[in-house]
Amino acid sequence: MKGKRQLTAVSGNHLKNKSLGKRIWQNWELYLFMAPALLYFLVFHYGPMYGIQIAFKNFIPSKGITGSPWVGFEHFERFFNSYYFWDLLWNTFSISFYELAIGFPLPIILALAFNEVRNGPFKKTVQTVTYAPHFISVVVMAGMIITFLSPSTGMIVRFIELLGMEPAAFLTDPAWFKTVYVLSGVWQSTGWGTIIYLAALSGVDPQLHEAAIVDGASRFKRMLHINLPTIVPTITIMLILNMGNILGLGFEKILLLQNSLNMEASDVISTYVYRAGLVNAQYSFSTAVGLFNSVVNVILLVTVNKIAKRTSENSLW
Amino acid sequence: MVTTLKESRGDKWFLVSTYIYLCLALIVVVYPLIYILSASISSPQDVNSGAMWLFPKNLTLDGYKLVFENPKIWNGYMNTIIYTALGTLLNLAVTLPASYALSRSDFVGRQLFMGFILFTMFFSGGLVPSYLLIKNLGLINSMGALILPVAASVWNIVVARTFFQSTIPKELQEAAHIDGCTNLRLFIRIILPLSAPIVAVMALFYGVGHWNSYFPSLIYLNDESKYPLQMVLRQILVLQEMSAETTGAAINGEVAMAMNSKAETASLIKYGVIVVSTLPIIAVYPFLQRYFVQGVMIGSVKG
Repeated sequence: MKGKRQLTAVSGNHLKNKSLGKRIWQNWELYLFMAPALLYFLVFHYGPMYGIQIAFKNFIPSKGITGSPWVGFEHFERFFNSYYFWDLLWNTFSISFYELAIGFPLPIILALAFNEVRNGPFKKTVQTVTYAPHFISVVVMAGMIITFLSPSTGMIVRFIELLGMEPAAFLTDPAWFKTVYVLSGVWQSTGWGTIIYLAALSGVDPQLHEAAIVDGASRFKRMLHINLPTIVPTITIMLILNMGNILGLGFEKILLLQNSLNMEASDVISTYVYRAGLVNAQYSFSTAVGLFNSVVNVILLVTVNKIAKRTSENSLW
Repeated sequence: MVTTLKESRGDKWFLVSTYIYLCLALIVVVYPLIYILSASISSPQDVNSGAMWLFPKNLTLDGYKLVFENPKIWNGYMNTIIYTALGTLLNLAVTLPASYALSRSDFVGRQLFMGFILFTMFFSGGLVPSYLLIKNLGLINSMGALILPVAASVWNIVVARTFFQSTIPKELQEAAHIDGCTNLRLFIRIILPLSAPIVAVMALFYGVGHWNSYFPSLIYLNDESKYPLQMVLRQILVLQEMSAETTGAAINGEVAMAMNSKAETASLIKYGVIVVSTLPIIAVYPFLQRYFVQGVMIGSVKG
């Protein structure tokens, strides 16, 4: 005990008494540890930020980023005035909010249900199985959607026929695209999404339950008034994170499910940036569109964070 | 859960409906998975007509034979294994030392570094500037384009940092320092051996990411022989299917030929290829589930 106290005293002292330079020098190896990561973020994340300036230029590959002439907000104006601007914006926001409305509460409900059930083989099985689709790649997922919804032989389509209903042309009818996108996402990620809430639920104080039982609260009431409020901070953080990513939604899956017939409902800002920028090589224009996207994202994130901070004291920063 | 004295009628009904709800969730998730597995070993006529609805009917292994005979799939498989192995090694080499450094409270400037890294989570240069950067670095059509731009993820660094902070006792580091142990030795000899769980979690997270990734190869690779499995899958599952079923346009490639001549063979290939590509992950997943879950939970402790 005495030895330990001395030890902490020693280390406390050497921290306090040493100058900044000495404290840095003492841990010089940690800077070495940090170096690869810093280099990586500098090159591959801050590097592209330098390239954002071509959104305000007419990028000519032979002249390079610095050599190309400035054009101001021309590309932004062209985008805002184009006839597809409102369509892109509408699709992006409507798919995001649709996904948020359906996909966000479901993991919470499932986690609350898991929490009610006794730990045993049944619970373990359901958890293992519902987590599994998370590991299916987006390409296979798109392949499964396409196969299952195939008009002639698809499993889901036949099932709907079995129920005596007329199946829709799910992948070629624009009216169905968003539902297909959102529901397949629910299938893939609801189970996995419960983990974070289960972690939060494990922190519920059992004494609260005991007291509530004594007071005669039913299971349902306890779930509603004890379990749910406990995970509200986690829910808030997840909601903020989701909002901050609202315009960057499942781009890869949309791209894979997109075809000329459902384009009207499936074209979102990010797929448009891909097509205009990389497929049609309009570098400057699509960088401008992409920048618009990022800026809106940041604004959303900051706003939601601020609202959360003011109303519930839970926030990212 | 808390043991109750006696459950009321309402409580029992609530519990029963919870079980029913969970059973429904189980069926909804597991049915498509079983269906694919069964379809991959059933006769395609039965699959397409709906005669096969749960268990395999008229067993056939032709689908797998076709999949394994396809040189493109083999090649993609090999490429994916190489990309995954090298990519994950690089991920660990970048992530672990950095997260450890960031976990040390006596590391001057850690807040600054953390801010520098976190900022990239919320703002990025976007697709085209990233593409131009890769192009300027001369990485187009090389393995570097697939593994260097994803050498680390902010989220995983935060997760690993939280782990180091919460599980490695500070006294251990102080004692080692007093004994004259350098940071490098401390990290390799003491910290890493104590951190097996987080190393496993990181390797799994990154590994699955590499295994499932397709978009970087779509934009950075133009040589088909370098395609990872997911790109081959995209050709078989998404492109061919879409063109055959929705537009009726002419399709090319050997798979397409098989589709045109024998539509049934094509459907066999589809299910077989889904199983073959997903199986490695789904097969090891129940054994590694604990680690995956642990990883998410560590990350959730401090947002």
